[in-house]
Amino acid sequence: MSSHEHGSEHSHDHDHDHAHGDDDLLAEVFEGGPPDDYEVLEIALRELLFDKGVITPAELKAKITEWDGKSPENGARLVARAWVDPDFKQRLKDDFYSAATELDIDTAGPKLVALESDDDVHHVFVCTLCSCYPRAVLGIPPEWYKSKEYRSRVVVDPRGVLEEFGTTLPDSVDVRVTDNTAENRYFIIPKRPEGTDGMSEEELAKLVTRDSIIGVTEALKPG
Amino acid sequence: MSTDPLPQRFRVGDPVRVKPEFRPGHLRTPWYIRGKVGVVDGTIGNYWNPETSAEGGDGKPDRMVYHVCFKQTDLWPDYHGKNSDELIVDIQDHWLDAASMEEVKAGNLS
Repeated sequence: MSSHEHGSEHSHDHDHDHAHGDDDLLAEVFEGGPPDDYEVLEIALRELLFDKGVITPAELKAKITEWDGKSPENGARLVARAWVDPDFKQRLKDDFYSAATELDIDTAGPKLVALESDDDVHHVFVCTLCSCYPRAVLGIPPEWYKSKEYRSRVVVDPRGVLEEFGTTLPDSVDVRVTDNTAENRYFIIPKRPEGTDGMSEEELAKLVTRDSIIGVTEALKPG
Repeated sequence: MSTDPLPQRFRVGDPVRVKPEFRPGHLRTPWYIRGKVGVVDGTIGNYWNPETSAEGGDGKPDRMVYHVCFKQTDLWPDYHGKNSDELIVDIQDHWLDAASMEEVKAGNLS
């Protein structure tokens, strides 16, 4: 099967973001200035693994492509299904892995646990120790999620951090921060916005952002 | 050769205090809850000990990991938010000691 089925435009730049050679991989690393110690270590390790035949450049590229395919859209589909189907929502809370397979989403890896925000509680998650993240359903974490600023401040002053994301919660809502320190990775089912009663699952999924699944924002309002 | 997991010492609702230990190593108990009192909110299951597995050991025996719930106002003296705001951390059995509900009610900041 060709991946060029989208007409005659041959738009290579979005189909092949990561299908470049080794030189490009290095250029990517050096983009932001001189490499730091860990970047040098990564390059040295990668080259050794290639030289010794442990992995091939093609395998590395395939892995990068695989991870790029794990996007927040997967998380949004799960939330939209949970909003329209209470039984599915319960299954997602009880056994995330099995429920996700119903939507053909593979969440192999660290165990995922869904927490639901509602009128009484607003959930937000962080990893204060490093950058644990539900990658299977959200892909690669944003830079700010890995920053010391977010990791230290959201546990001390979650309401202040949420305000900076434009999220103002009413006083009636409790904030519950979950720190991903051990084996589980958390996933927030944001509160379903008002005025979405007649919307289809596909339309609802468009209201679910990556940030709303982390919990720093609410889901988008319709319209 | 298999090793049985350590017995589960706490149940949901039990008050617990995180050990106030500060030692070198691969510790997954965030510093800001060490010495603090919380309540077991759930159990995750038996997992290996990352402190020994990180140093080449097998991490055995497995031990329970708990969701432990803390009141934000107990953690931070000048917390800006509601008294009912909470924070959940997943903590392994060997980092917890039994506490009393009186200690939970009294908070950690006295």
